Amino acid sequence: MAEPIIVIEGLKKSFGKLEVLKGIDLTVHRGEVVVVIGPSGSGKSTLLRCINFLEQPTAGRVLFQGEEVGQRLVDGRLVPLPEKVLDAQRARMGMVFQRFNLFPHMTALENVIEAPVQVRKMPRAEAEQLGLRLLRRVGLADKAGQYPNFLSGGQQQRVAIARALAMEPDVMLFDEPTSALDPELVGEVLQVMQDLANDGMTMVVVTHEMGFAREVGDRVIFMDGGLIVEEGPPEQIFGEPRHQRTREFLSKVLH
Amino acid sequence: MAKFINHTINILPVLFEGLGVTLKLTVISAIFGTLLGLLAALARISRNPLLSAPAAAYVNLFRGTPLLLQLLTIYNALPQVGIKIPAFQAAVLGYSLNAGAYIAEIVRAAIQSIDRGQMEAARSLGMSYGLAMRRVILPQTYRRLLPPMVNELSALTKDTSLASTISILELMKYSNQFVSRTNLAWQTYIWTAAFYMVVTMSLSALASRMEKKLEARG
Ligand SMILES: Nc1ncnc2c1ncn2[C@@H]1O[C@H](COP(=O)(O)OP(=O)(O)OP(=O)(O)O)[C@@H](O)[C@H]1O
Ligand SMILES: [Mg+2]
Repeated sequence: MAEPIIVIEGLKKSFGKLEVLKGIDLTVHRGEVVVVIGPSGSGKSTLLRCINFLEQPTAGRVLFQGEEVGQRLVDGRLVPLPEKVLDAQRARMGMVFQRFNLFPHMTALENVIEAPVQVRKMPRAEAEQLGLRLLRRVGLADKAGQYPNFLSGGQQQRVAIARALAMEPDVMLFDEPTSALDPELVGEVLQVMQDLANDGMTMVVVTHEMGFAREVGDRVIFMDGGLIVEEGPPEQIFGEPRHQRTREFLSKVLH
Repeated sequence: MAKFINHTINILPVLFEGLGVTLKLTVISAIFGTLLGLLAALARISRNPLLSAPAAAYVNLFRGTPLLLQLLTIYNALPQVGIKIPAFQAAVLGYSLNAGAYIAEIVRAAIQSIDRGQMEAARSLGMSYGLAMRRVILPQTYRRLLPPMVNELSALTKDTSLASTISILELMKYSNQFVSRTNLAWQTYIWTAAFYMVVTMSLSALASRMEKKLEARG
């Protein structure tokens, strides 16, 4: 099997008294597409956000290409890493949000080249080449000069994917990328994600799109109550789920 | 009618002289006040209490006490502890500190009104906090900042009329002196009001032009 890119060990996360992640172990290998499903509130977003340290894990650790992300265990205590180290780690992980979070004061192209220019210090001309190439890849070359508010939800999300790809990340994290979209716009975003998967991108995708999970996922993770209840290849999770809770969840979302 | 024109010809040069000082005081204080307000706002939202606590104390002190008291303290009380500041500089200091405190709250509110997802998106791309603030968050606050900033700068313009109490000769002072000399209270005060209004309304006009420009982004 390919080398592991993300290794999550004993990950726990609490918000005050509320324990949202209760001990997650998960390894994602290079080129793998891991799809995370589960009921609302089960901790899917929190898990994803712990991977790039948008949330600070309360216990356990997340290794990204062998490095601990955001904090290190020193003498039994979690010590934050220098911001610079964390920034560099995040630069190698792309994230796509449910509500796109495009920068509204920048055009589509400016959104895409912002991080390459500001973080990677890429010359602007070169970054624009890259940006246009990426916009073409998500089918939006003609929208380069458009501000996000003039784009449809599906177009905005595709720009957001291009923006994340512009940092040439080693893994892409998707948090319900199609949940905020009108139904007729879901397909275009899923298509872009599928192309990305076909190109060999390592992806962790939280989604309610079971069709995508089944067709594109290499492995499906079912989460409930802050724990991974069951995981396996899509055929197994959808065909013969082992746990009662998985069956209940699937019967709800598939009908 | 001839009398009215005659008075006006006498009043205007006097008032123009005062207006110059008023504008100088306003513009310099506005620049320092804005810089100070921006820094104080950033310090105040910082998670580091060594930054946020002093910023909060500063804002509360200058918003919670009368401007006149602040000016008089700088002009009269500081010299007693050996800090002598010439009148004009004392006025600039007082107005900058005062405006800075109000602007800090304006900027803070504007920053905090920006969706949290913006900072998260920027950080997830590997941008540092400072870079994300400068490139992503602050530019989005401009449009929201315009109306309260116009209010604040108009207030500052009008408040410079208090500077006469620390012996600054500005528009209000010139105007008053002219009245005591000539007893032409009505004519003088109406012209004085017109001068202040030209300044404050120019500010509003400038702001709405900037607003239109920013609106192009949809
Ligand atoms: N910043 C926060 N502060 C407090 N509680 C939070 C915070 N973020 C998430 N939670 C809580 O943690 C739990 C898990 O949230 P999370 O968003 O990870 O669930 P999810 O599986 O992504 O759900 P959904 O399918 O609705 O997106 C929820 O009960 C939520 O209310
Ligand atoms: Mg979620």
